Amino acid sequence: MADATIEKPLPEPDEASQPFWDGAARGELMLMKCAECGAFRLPSRQHCDRCLSDQYAWEQASGRGTVRTFGVMHQRYHPGFADEIPYNVTIVELDEGPRLPTNLVGVSNADIRVGMPVTVEWERHSDVSLPKFRPA
Amino acid sequence: MGHRLRGAAAITGLGMTPMGRIYGKSATELAADAVRVAIADAGLKKSDIDGLLINPGITGMTGGGIGLNLQNYLGMDEMRLLNHMNAAGSTAAQMIQYATMAIDAGMATHVVCVFADNPLKEGGSAGAAYGGAARNPSRPKGMAGLTPAAGYFGANTPYALAARRHMALYGTTQDQLGTIAVGQRQWAAMNPLAQMREPITLEDYHASRWIIEPLHLLDCCLVSNGAVAVVVSPADQAASMAQPAVYIHGMGQGHPGDHNAAGSDWETETGGRLAAKTAFGMAGIGPEDIDVCELYDCYTYTVLVTLEDYGFCKKGEGGPFVEDGKLGPGGSLPTNTGGGELSGYYMWGMTPISEAIIQTRGQAGERQVPKHDLVLTTGNGGSLSYHAALVLSPHPGRS
Repeated sequence: MADATIEKPLPEPDEASQPFWDGAARGELMLMKCAECGAFRLPSRQHCDRCLSDQYAWEQASGRGTVRTFGVMHQRYHPGFADEIPYNVTIVELDEGPRLPTNLVGVSNADIRVGMPVTVEWERHSDVSLPKFRPA
Repeated sequence: MGHRLRGAAAITGLGMTPMGRIYGKSATELAADAVRVAIADAGLKKSDIDGLLINPGITGMTGGGIGLNLQNYLGMDEMRLLNHMNAAGSTAAQMIQYATMAIDAGMATHVVCVFADNPLKEGGSAGAAYGGAARNPSRPKGMAGLTPAAGYFGANTPYALAARRHMALYGTTQDQLGTIAVGQRQWAAMNPLAQMREPITLEDYHASRWIIEPLHLLDCCLVSNGAVAVVVSPADQAASMAQPAVYIHGMGQGHPGDHNAAGSDWETETGGRLAAKTAFGMAGIGPEDIDVCELYDCYTYTVLVTLEDYGFCKKGEGGPFVEDGKLGPGGSLPTNTGGGELSGYYMWGMTPISEAIIQTRGQAGERQVPKHDLVLTTGNGGSLSYHAALVLSPHPGRS
């Protein structure tokens, strides 16, 4: 039972991703967008993977997307998740195009479907908020 | 006039250590055992070898894996070709490709390609070596940290995600994946080198525990300690060497790129499609000409999607294609005839290559496929990220 108190691995904001976490704290899903070709960069990074430009701006995304695919995890990899097994691991394809690894909330694992429309909601932790998704 | 590399080189030596829960030797020592056997198998002396290509397994990342200094441990002086390579499970086939090109270019004559790994610790679990970020005690940086924060760990997760999408798009069933596992176990029962030789049924498959749905334990490969080495030689010497020559008729690679990028269909269309085009093109053949398949099978699903990408059936029809058991013993497309990585042994890309060599030579004993004129072997690595293929034949590719 001692394991149950071990925290999940929370991300630590770095310089490149700080605007994402600032947006998350406000409840806004922020994406890095190439200033030259308009492609989104996810995760955030210096260079655009389409045109290699190093110019960018941050833009608020709609927070809407669909379930691209998902799995239901039974294996205990990290003690921080021990109490949640089996839990879903879901890839949400944002309406803007990029894909985000996340978890669905507000739906049982048995009811998750590929293609299901979802919207973002934020799970607040001490110094970061995590994007989770709920059926729309 | 065929492609200039078709039949330019041949695999002339194969060396395999015992594989599985083999303890007491370092990866370097295992590699040396396999290299010694491979050189002797080819009927060569160590001094005949002038090229060495080295591929560590997971211990290349977690520590203790074989490195460039294997050259010194083996006492291989005056190498004309040397490298330490890593494109995950596609590396083994790639090493043989680069060896072939170097031999054709006159940069080397007899090249040893070696894989070794020993992630299993006595008393430790098979999964412990492949936990990925779960083992990292520090906080993951930036947006990349969203992955472990979602409980997305290890190699099992992306393959489950890929299989799920295939099932959703095409109606692929759990039974169809299970049929692959059952068939490969039937092959393994005839392979003295295989780790798992007890027969299994579809019921056993369904009863095996979930790892991450839709993958059961019996959808997932083994983890093994051991080493495999091969010798690649010029085709014109191979015919008179100690073993039946295994000529390399075709070679190809395909690496699809970032999974999270908009537009990627990495889950259901792998690098195999691109590799097939190059490899079959070089060999001057199509999938209908292949007698035996030795396909990288880190998961049952990898086999299914690879068959589609090589054109053995149409995209999305892999499930119905495999469900009649045609991949198993007595089937119309013998596949992973040593049990593969699911039931045989997990030497990354060397698992399918080693069995392909044995079958092409005609040395597979009771599991030998009678017609083995053209044998396809594929390697896959990362999360369906890296792919390489060889087409092998007992017949010279050059006239």
